[in-house]
Amino acid sequence: MLEEKNNLKAWLYLSPALVLLAVFTFYPLFNAFYLVFLKDFNYLLREFDGYTLLGNFSYVVRNPNFKQAMINTFFIVFVSVPVSVMIALFVSVALNSIKKLQGFFQTIYFLPYVTNAIAVGMAFAFIFHQDYGLINTFLGWFNVNPINWVGTGASWGNAMFSLLVYTIWGGLAFKIMIFLSGLQSIDKQYYDAARVDSTPRRRVFTKITVPLLSPMILYIVITSFIGAFKAYATVVGMFGVGLGPAGNPKSMITMVALVYDALEHTGSIGAISEAAAASIILFSITLLFTIIQMWVSKKRVHY
Amino acid sequence: MENSIKIDKVSRRNKIIAKVFVYFFLVLFAVIILIPFYWMVLTSVKSMQDLTVTPPILFLPFDRWRLDNFQSALNAAPYLIFMRNTVIVSFLSTVGTIFTTIFAAFAFSRLNFKGRDTLFMILLSSMMIPGEMFVITNFITVSDLGWLGSNNVSQTYGDALKALSLPFMTSIFYIFFLRQTFRQIPNELYYAAKVDGTSDFKYLWRIMVPIAKPTIITIIILNAMGTWNAYIWPNLVTDNVNFRLVTNGLRTAYNQLSGQVIYNEQMAAALIVTLPLLIVFFLLKKYIMRGVSRSGIKG
Repeated sequence: MLEEKNNLKAWLYLSPALVLLAVFTFYPLFNAFYLVFLKDFNYLLREFDGYTLLGNFSYVVRNPNFKQAMINTFFIVFVSVPVSVMIALFVSVALNSIKKLQGFFQTIYFLPYVTNAIAVGMAFAFIFHQDYGLINTFLGWFNVNPINWVGTGASWGNAMFSLLVYTIWGGLAFKIMIFLSGLQSIDKQYYDAARVDSTPRRRVFTKITVPLLSPMILYIVITSFIGAFKAYATVVGMFGVGLGPAGNPKSMITMVALVYDALEHTGSIGAISEAAAASIILFSITLLFTIIQMWVSKKRVHY
Repeated sequence: MENSIKIDKVSRRNKIIAKVFVYFFLVLFAVIILIPFYWMVLTSVKSMQDLTVTPPILFLPFDRWRLDNFQSALNAAPYLIFMRNTVIVSFLSTVGTIFTTIFAAFAFSRLNFKGRDTLFMILLSSMMIPGEMFVITNFITVSDLGWLGSNNVSQTYGDALKALSLPFMTSIFYIFFLRQTFRQIPNELYYAAKVDGTSDFKYLWRIMVPIAKPTIITIIILNAMGTWNAYIWPNLVTDNVNFRLVTNGLRTAYNQLSGQVIYNEQMAAALIVTLPLLIVFFLLKKYIMRGVSRSGIKG
């Protein structure tokens, strides 16, 4: 279909994009693997003291916040992703079953996607306010005493719960959009056949909808996992750069926050290499999980 | 006969109950989605007295709305300057992205060259690498270029704009997105143009770009929205308060680690930052929602 080869012209058309990608994507990628092996790299003087294989990784692991960052990140990933995928699935199936007002509801459900993570995080922090917040008001109707969710000295569990609610809320819009467009592309014949056989609703859902939607579900699960591993702006939105409730700073720290924490101190020796090590750890974990999911899904996904 | 009518009646009644239940669920869920917006608006118009009441006031009559919170938010931090900066940076990065993306997508969809499939695979697989890996070196790069200022020279506005926009002047994702659209344009058009002696360059801008306009508009909007939400990179490369973008400007303005937060003013500021985005959304809803559902762009 495409006639003669046109090498020079093609590379000319590609060059603006490729030059930028080379400088800001590919070089940084390789450079991260270089920086991580420098011993005591002084960023200001560009001097370093030989090479080290695992030294910078051990700096990261020995960082007092590392364990907390791992726990928090895994908590966010393994709670928010399954919960929001389930909710999004039910909502989009319900939305797909109606005709009237479908567009209206779809627009409302899409709103969290077009908002600013910091601004909405602040709103959520106030929703969870101990005295003037909406959650405690609601709980008060059931005679529950006010809970200190995100205020000064709030416990890890309360702060994490609030963060998870915000994370789940923020992730729904995208998932509902993808699921709904997936549902709308399922051939109506399957449902007609089920109706002729008067198959119960639950069976239709588990035997028709979910299998036919499985490629979309896999796509959403993988992108959500990668996204959740990178949680950071949600924490900053809700808790500020202290990354935790007042009096309990860094209690909500995440893996990505480790990278940026190190970058904040570029003046101190080894900080850049430590950031590189943290980013490589993050990358390895997300890669590992993506591979596992692809492998598991090979047997389960119906194409 | 009578029996089947009965069954019909029962099943119709069940259907109506199910419908009511579905609508009830959808309305309830809509309320949950809208609550944070409602709470933001409500808090932003409360006076200090109405704010510090327990239990909080859930519905505030219009005559008690206090708009001076917006005035004090605008006095607390230069949001109009943040917005100007954000508009300039999104303009620069979007123009850059559009040009680099159109040219690259054209090469991938219309031209035949050695190494095309290999290059395509390399770009595709690099999309799953977390951006945090790039940020470290990019920070060093822009600092080496002198765009962050140094100990004795402070950062200029032009340098800040370059540091903020240049790394975002292309996107692998949008190249693929546009390539998909370009590939749907029938080859016959291309051959016809060739017969007429039209150059590739002319064909791209006269035929392909107008046909792909909806996709290009979607890319423009999503890219601009990305700048509006950018927090990490602007935070790293600008220190001067006058060079900040809306998101990091908002966060730095209200970043007390302890003590009393003025919530109504803070929510007014949050609303100032959120509102332009919502207005753009309602004006260009069609392009944004279609773009997201078709391309699966993760925000």
